[in-house]
Amino acid sequence: MTIGLGHYLAVAAILFTLGILGIFLNRKNIIVILMSIELILLAVNINMVAFSTFLGDIVGQVFALLVLTVAAAEAAIGLAVLVVYFRNRGSIAVEDVNLMKG
Amino acid sequence: MILPALFFYLFASVCVASAVMVIASRNPVHSVLFLILAFVNASGLFVLMGAEFLAMLLIVVYVGAVAVLFLFVIMMLDVDFTQLREGFIQYLPFGLVIGAIFLAELLLVAGGWVMNPSVTKSITAAIPTNVSNTEALGLVLYTKYMHYFQLAGMVLLVAMIGAIVLTLRHKVKVRRQDINVQNARNPELAMEVRKVATGQGLQDADAGSWVK
Repeated sequence: MTIGLGHYLAVAAILFTLGILGIFLNRKNIIVILMSIELILLAVNINMVAFSTFLGDIVGQVFALLVLTVAAAEAAIGLAVLVVYFRNRGSIAVEDVNLMKG
Repeated sequence: MILPALFFYLFASVCVASAVMVIASRNPVHSVLFLILAFVNASGLFVLMGAEFLAMLLIVVYVGAVAVLFLFVIMMLDVDFTQLREGFIQYLPFGLVIGAIFLAELLLVAGGWVMNPSVTKSITAAIPTNVSNTEALGLVLYTKYMHYFQLAGMVLLVAMIGAIVLTLRHKVKVRRQDINVQNARNPELAMEVRKVATGQGLQDADAGSWVK
């Protein structure tokens, strides 16, 4: 009944898979795609903190902190780009993002 | 002994269930609210693991800042979200296949995984037992990982400036205060004194400059 490292890794794996699945399912809705990316980063953080705790090494938590920072910055920039795109096109549909025809 | 396990299963199941609802709910506002629920439960998991500082940080940063930012953007944009959901069923089999393959790979890796017994010798900074988690984190973050900490601050600064630069726009019709112009203004620029001959008024040639 004791909760070990494997339990937390399982939760993180399920969250990561759900994030990947969310990106595929909501191909048209870029806001939900951004939220799925947040879920993926949360799964990574759970992994890092789990290893940090069960190995007795605090560096994992330091790196989780850095991942948290990058996640917050990514959300802010992503939403700003989204707002600018909506102003220019009046829509946030992902399939319209082909102006550059790259 | 049984209480931590009970709480683990509570937090983990609610976290996974709300993550499912994040990607499956029809309304993006509900998605954000379920995302908040997922983050709160993940911070509960962090507390169970003994990372109290990161748990509080998760609540402050994610629930307090990122999720509210998402809510703001969703409510600010006037988008027909039902239209954006059209391909959901179409992509479902494909996404499920990808997700199943991915989860199977992760489980295969986890199933065949053993910890190297010598890994405890290579610990960089052991968790001290006599101080709290916050203090232990600060003891290494501000000494050994000072540069990473400052780099994180730079990342946040660049993100802030970038978001402002992206969304700032100057409207043409809005008149803004220009202090330089105000200070450079003197009586000669502000008004013009004319001698008007009695009974004649101003000449038509001058009219264009002041009759508007």
